[in-house]
Amino acid sequence: MKAIHYINQFFGQVGGEDAADSKPIFHDKPIGCSMMLDKMLPDIEVTDTVVCGDNYITNHTDEALKEIFAYLDGKKFDIFFAGPAFMAGRYGVGCGIVCKAVSERYKVPVVTSMNEENPGVAEYRGACYIFRGGRKATFMKDDLTAMAAFAEKIAKGEELLPAAEEGYFPRGIRSEIPAKNGETAAERVIDMLLKKLRGEPFQTELIIPKTDKIPPAAPVKDLSKCTIALVSSSGVVPSDNPDRIQSASAQKWGKYDIAGRDCLPAGEFKTIHAGFDPEAMCAVPDRGIPLDAMRAYEREGKFAKLYDYYYVTVGTGTTQNYAAKFGREIAAELKEAKVDAVILTAT
Amino acid sequence: MAKEIERAGIPIVVMCNLIDVAKTVGSNKIVPTVSVPYPLGDPTLSKEEEWALRYHRVGVALDALADDIKEAKVYRV
Repeated sequence: MKAIHYINQFFGQVGGEDAADSKPIFHDKPIGCSMMLDKMLPDIEVTDTVVCGDNYITNHTDEALKEIFAYLDGKKFDIFFAGPAFMAGRYGVGCGIVCKAVSERYKVPVVTSMNEENPGVAEYRGACYIFRGGRKATFMKDDLTAMAAFAEKIAKGEELLPAAEEGYFPRGIRSEIPAKNGETAAERVIDMLLKKLRGEPFQTELIIPKTDKIPPAAPVKDLSKCTIALVSSSGVVPSDNPDRIQSASAQKWGKYDIAGRDCLPAGEFKTIHAGFDPEAMCAVPDRGIPLDAMRAYEREGKFAKLYDYYYVTVGTGTTQNYAAKFGREIAAELKEAKVDAVILTAT
Repeated sequence: MAKEIERAGIPIVVMCNLIDVAKTVGSNKIVPTVSVPYPLGDPTLSKEEEWALRYHRVGVALDALADDIKEAKVYRV
């Protein structure tokens, strides 16, 4: 079998955040971590590595896919790999975009790996095999090993087991499988019922995925009477970062006084966000938190008042649990302060 | 974060670049931004053009606060 591997600019040795806009680059041999993957696959040869910048694939998806297809169209391959993307959000989304498109166009199995907190999981778990990966690149070998072991099973034509047993995120596919010891449905359901009556744990065979959608809050009635607050995950803080908010995987948020300010001047404010090149936002912090534009609208009377504090954290690598906690804590303060509505800027 | 603020009953508009991610995690009112490193600006534009861009998008977000929607919506900018 032949395989092609997609990785981002960092693992493809093009560069770090400064190279995140780079267009696809094609290697007709495995490079970087593709070589490690190739060595783990006795029955599969990794023939090519495709490298693309995370910004380019997520911001110019159509163009990027066109360029990647133009290369792949001339290639023969039986399986496609991407990542592992760990907790890197844009990389995970990029791997998902490419895997989904490759699977649809070439009808080959697509295998990647991400940490459960990577936003790519929720979005693309239905479209590809996404293995449960580590939080950072130190898990490279473990994550590639899991991807490789699964691909070898495909290459050898071995039976593929359900998601939980193989180690990938459930794709939401239900398949009919014979019960292991030939028990009928009636027997199994009575077993479950008895366990339930005895207060013992039991496993349903029809798992309904939980969706946690919040209905839209009621709109504001009269904007011109509203107090509005700015909230952000852009990491823009006073230059000395007084609350020591972490640059990645944040475990806290801060609130900073903007009463009487018309903008966030460079030098006094900066971003501490480690998930992108901070140069542009440090040069003009209002690019992350648009205080200047909000003040202009406040003066024009479009809304009554900009709340005297803005709230901020860093959105990269931050777990959903922490993000939810921050949201609850900030919401409680905003309610107390009688803030009517929020503009939240994210990166 | 946005979801918990909305859950508390406070109307919220999320301005972000990765629209599909925002939709997947359950943001209801989404205004697209320019990019990840500079959501509401663009260092390649002149100062005036950049101000116009930021002012415009923030204006779209403010109007969105008053919009009565039943399901998630991405606003045109």
